[in-house]
Amino acid sequence: MKFVDEFRNPEAARELLRQIEALAAAQPARKFMEVCGGHTHAIYRHGIEALLPESIELVHGPGCPVCVIPMGRIDDAIAVASTEGVTLCCFGDMLRVPGGTSSLLEAKAHGADVRVVYSPLDALALAEREPALNVVFLAVGFETTAPSTAATLLQARERNVANFSVLSNHVTIVPPLKAILDSPGLDLDGFLGPGHVSTVIGTRPYEFVPQHYQRPLVTAGFEPVDILQGVLMLLQQLHDGRCEVENQYKRVVSESGSAVALQLLRDVFVVRPHFEWRGLGFIAQSALGLSPGFADWDAELRFDVPGLRVADPKACQCGEVLKGALRPWECKVFGTACTPETPIGTCMVSSEGACAAYYNYGRYSPRSRIPVRAD
Amino acid sequence: MATDEDLDRRDAVLARIEEWRQRAPVLRDDTITMAHGAGGKASQSLIEAVIRPAFTNPELDRLGDAAVLDLPAGHRVVVSTDAFVVTPRRFPGGSIGDLAVNGTINDIACMGARPLGLTLSLVLEEGFPVAELREIVADVAEAADSVGVPVVTGDTKVVERGAADGCYLTTTGIGHVPAGLDLDARHVQPGDAVLVSGSIGDHGIAVMMARGDLALAAEVRSDTVALHGLVADLLAAVPKTRWLRDPTRGGVASTCNELAGSTGLGINLMEGELPILRPVVGACEMLGLDPLYIANEGKLVAVVPPDLADEAVATMRAHPAGTKAVRIGTVTDDHPGLVVVETPFGGTRIVDMLVGDPLPRIC
Repeated sequence: MKFVDEFRNPEAARELLRQIEALAAAQPARKFMEVCGGHTHAIYRHGIEALLPESIELVHGPGCPVCVIPMGRIDDAIAVASTEGVTLCCFGDMLRVPGGTSSLLEAKAHGADVRVVYSPLDALALAEREPALNVVFLAVGFETTAPSTAATLLQARERNVANFSVLSNHVTIVPPLKAILDSPGLDLDGFLGPGHVSTVIGTRPYEFVPQHYQRPLVTAGFEPVDILQGVLMLLQQLHDGRCEVENQYKRVVSESGSAVALQLLRDVFVVRPHFEWRGLGFIAQSALGLSPGFADWDAELRFDVPGLRVADPKACQCGEVLKGALRPWECKVFGTACTPETPIGTCMVSSEGACAAYYNYGRYSPRSRIPVRAD
Repeated sequence: MATDEDLDRRDAVLARIEEWRQRAPVLRDDTITMAHGAGGKASQSLIEAVIRPAFTNPELDRLGDAAVLDLPAGHRVVVSTDAFVVTPRRFPGGSIGDLAVNGTINDIACMGARPLGLTLSLVLEEGFPVAELREIVADVAEAADSVGVPVVTGDTKVVERGAADGCYLTTTGIGHVPAGLDLDARHVQPGDAVLVSGSIGDHGIAVMMARGDLALAAEVRSDTVALHGLVADLLAAVPKTRWLRDPTRGGVASTCNELAGSTGLGINLMEGELPILRPVVGACEMLGLDPLYIANEGKLVAVVPPDLADEAVATMRAHPAGTKAVRIGTVTDDHPGLVVVETPFGGTRIVDMLVGDPLPRIC
């Protein structure tokens, strides 16, 4: 995997940091938000924030699709998993997300058949191999993962696999981005746009950010050099007085996105009128449900789900953290009542959540600086 | 009234039966049944026909309830035990039988002890194929023979179908260490060098690939190997070695966290120095795993005084089990109790104790 080495090249990183320092020194302090869990994770995993000048702050937005699932929807998944004869398949980081009183991991310990898969196709393959099981795939993710759920449903319909259904919690990126931009008291100078969501939707959907909200947005990849270059491009725009959508992640993101993936989404999903986001409340047109043509594979129709709204625990400040209004360590219960082992909120459970990333990787962070060579 | 002819016939029949009973035991069953665990004839035939023939050695052949081992004068006993529940039971580079021998020997070896013998306890599920049991027993025997550490006693139990997953092994190892040799975390000091004996993450990834859940293929083999020879060489060259540990479940990260926790000191690791095979890097990238947390079965982490680090590395590299040994970090009094990794361009992140289980039933 040569490209991994190239995009983690220390020399390239040093050069980018040198340029960042130079531009930052000539500007006021800047706050950039990233709206992608993968970016949050990568920034902390590589210790990037500590390398940036102190005048640049990276704020973490609602880019973790696990983090934004409200507790009531987790309870729905637990109810389905606990139904006689059901095998619930999900991605690993869904297991410990707390619902109202329990989690999928606890349900599994009490006898529910919950299995980790790496792809919805694995869940479908399981259903075909074992006709006695009633397999439900818990679908989570932004437009990044929704196309593979769509492709799986198309295969399920084509092959008439009756013992398979999908419980969809897919969400879309633009509405929460807009919700953040609409929040009063917003104090952000620019956005690092999501990487892999953009491979599907392209960069055009973000045009509204510079056009209506006068903030630059740069879609960036996930390697350290990608992220640093993304930050540099934002600083350069602010320096030049430009305000536009730019694409740092050209090797996989195009302006128009993936026509194939977008068609898959259109074939299978419909946009729900509204959907509850943990911490952000109800947002219109922000989530995907199965279209009527796939009613036979819709777990929400097949099973009786409680569908209750569960209020977040009083101590939980995930909502503020997700909006970037609060930094993880400013949450009252961060690191004490709420830790990766005993998470109160989803920001701490998912490995891409801001709190988990900060707790696991960044809580000890001497602001070590690469000496800038005076060339 | 019995005639002489009757008595002769009776004696002939008794003699035939007696001769038959003296024959080498043969197990005709092809699956394990509850009878094999009952302690009676079926158990006996399982032991005689499958288990004992693999392990013959003077101590085991005495067939006592326990083994008696001799210790050199002045040496102290070192004992360690581990259960092995890995699935699948066979994977590139080895099997549950290899792990059962090497894993326990390595725990003994990391105390600086010379292994003397192993016990082997088997828990079998009703319905387990005898053919597979023969293979596992053969693997254990071969692994033990190849390092000259005999299996000196053991036990076999059978549980109902569903009460176990196939076959679980437990081995206990007994070893001895000379008085005065005291590898202990309390000897570790700030400034000490942290070394690893070779590439990390191989075993966990090999087992994961062998599970076949993923449509990934990689040329990764488990690194399972007994390390007592490597340890002996290391301690002979660097008697001032502070501490050794074999990083199994939870990987090098967990081992370093245990050290940081028990010493109250910090550890700095250099990400650029970590030896990781390219296919392991690739598999971990794809699966979102950190090689630092992935299990190893043939590696050790050593802490030595800083001025002896080069010699320790050179000594390990001269041994077949340590050819890729390298220094990966330093003990520090910064950030007490925490393990911190420095990335190649100067960023840092914490490497905390593992939460949850990235790869269950890995050993």
